[in-house]
Amino acid sequence: MITNIQTFFQDLASSGINLTIFYDAFDFDRFVTGLGNTLLLILISALLSIVIGAGCAAILTLSNGFAAAIVRGYIALFRNTPLIVQMYFFYFAIGSIMPVGRNELGLPQPLISSFSWAVLSLSLYSGAFNTETFRAGIGAVHNSYEEAALALGYGKRQAFFSVTAPLALRFSFASLANNLVDLTKATTVAYAVGVAELLYVSNQIWSDSLNTIEMMNVMLVIYLVLTGAVVFIINRVEAAMRLPGFGLGDGQ
Amino acid sequence: MTITPNAAPLICLRGVRKSFGTFEVLRGIDMDIRKGEVVAIIGPSGSGKSTILRTINGLTPINEGTIQVGDIEVSDPKLDQVKLRHRVGMVFQQYNLFPHKTVLENVAMAPIQVLRQPRRLVEERARKLLADMRLPDKASSYPGELSGGQQQRVAIARALCMEPEVILFDEVTAALDPEMVKEVLSAVRKVAEDGMTCILVTHEMGFAREAADHVYFTDKGVIVEHAPPADFFTKASDPRTKEFLSKVL
Repeated sequence: MITNIQTFFQDLASSGINLTIFYDAFDFDRFVTGLGNTLLLILISALLSIVIGAGCAAILTLSNGFAAAIVRGYIALFRNTPLIVQMYFFYFAIGSIMPVGRNELGLPQPLISSFSWAVLSLSLYSGAFNTETFRAGIGAVHNSYEEAALALGYGKRQAFFSVTAPLALRFSFASLANNLVDLTKATTVAYAVGVAELLYVSNQIWSDSLNTIEMMNVMLVIYLVLTGAVVFIINRVEAAMRLPGFGLGDGQ
Repeated sequence: MTITPNAAPLICLRGVRKSFGTFEVLRGIDMDIRKGEVVAIIGPSGSGKSTILRTINGLTPINEGTIQVGDIEVSDPKLDQVKLRHRVGMVFQQYNLFPHKTVLENVAMAPIQVLRQPRRLVEERARKLLADMRLPDKASSYPGELSGGQQQRVAIARALCMEPEVILFDEVTAALDPEMVKEVLSAVRKVAEDGMTCILVTHEMGFAREAADHVYFTDKGVIVEHAPPADFFTKASDPRTKEFLSKVL
């Protein structure tokens, strides 16, 4: 089976379409590593950015003091500057003043890897957008629900977590899907700080095998599949959480 | 129900004033409501009826005056909100059930989460209340699956499950189709007949007439007139009351 696939793509290569990743073991390994890192970047950053967004939106709703001012400053900074500048800032500016350890060969090894910096940077960037997404979701929940909770003896905070937040989440999915699709595509920026994600390994592969056009097409297809998967998952979650007689239509 | 006019009032409003911006909604409201009484507040739109209700359970803070519910001073800045709202329940015009909770959860969640009563006990009580409201088979439905009248009866059960001493009904039939008005009114009547102190803001004059012990008429933020319904609907003295009644009756 595998031999057949390899033979097919080798034949294809001789006819001018050179997809080394399907018949060359070395290129295949590099490619799988890149895909794995991209998936990890998406998964971890998405989760962290949702946590950051939800937390910051809760702070903006429940506090109007110091904490809310910090959150507004964070959003202004991370939403309004380019992601690649932020990532360079983390990796080169902050990374350079971080302590450096030694690996087993005695070579210098930064305590925070480029992968970690990329995750941090992507999470903060996407978290700023998610904050606004959740804030809009909270604003869409009519305050009569909160009022009903208050009339039943709930405190402001308790009413927010028991009633407003679960309803707000249901208004947030459409915009959240947007942000996470954007995050999926933005993982390519991690290339700039040397994370061996898809774009990085593809660049290596096309430099070695001189199949730039083929790899470009592979990249486009893979990112289409990845963003499609992200949207599919969010739509499934949204459908599972849909309430009778409440919220947005499914738009289909 | 028995009315004991000499007993100290359960709820007592004195000189209550409330402004929203420059607009003064309540301009000195005095009311005394005794335990077990059913009081109807009627009046034209914007006369402050709903605001009176909302000041009694502290949803709308007042600018001046005092509100006493039992031994609780509502305008006290150190007010124990849980204690007040345990004693004063409220039913809203738009039901305001929680759409993400089942009917049973809607009814039982506040006594469990706020009053910290044991779940088993509360759910037992909630099921009984739903049966009283003639909704025994709707416990696991979501509010969005019920008709308006059914939702409003769930909302009444939700208020009752807190075991309050008084329930505020804020135009509870105003959003309903005519045939559902009747079922909700009979539910309210049942609550009143069971001895609950009820304060109703309503446009249902027929209901106010037969179910209420006292009718208050408000206009432009003051109580123009109050009387037992028999007198109120026949011998109203104030011209504003007469004019209103001539329009709605």
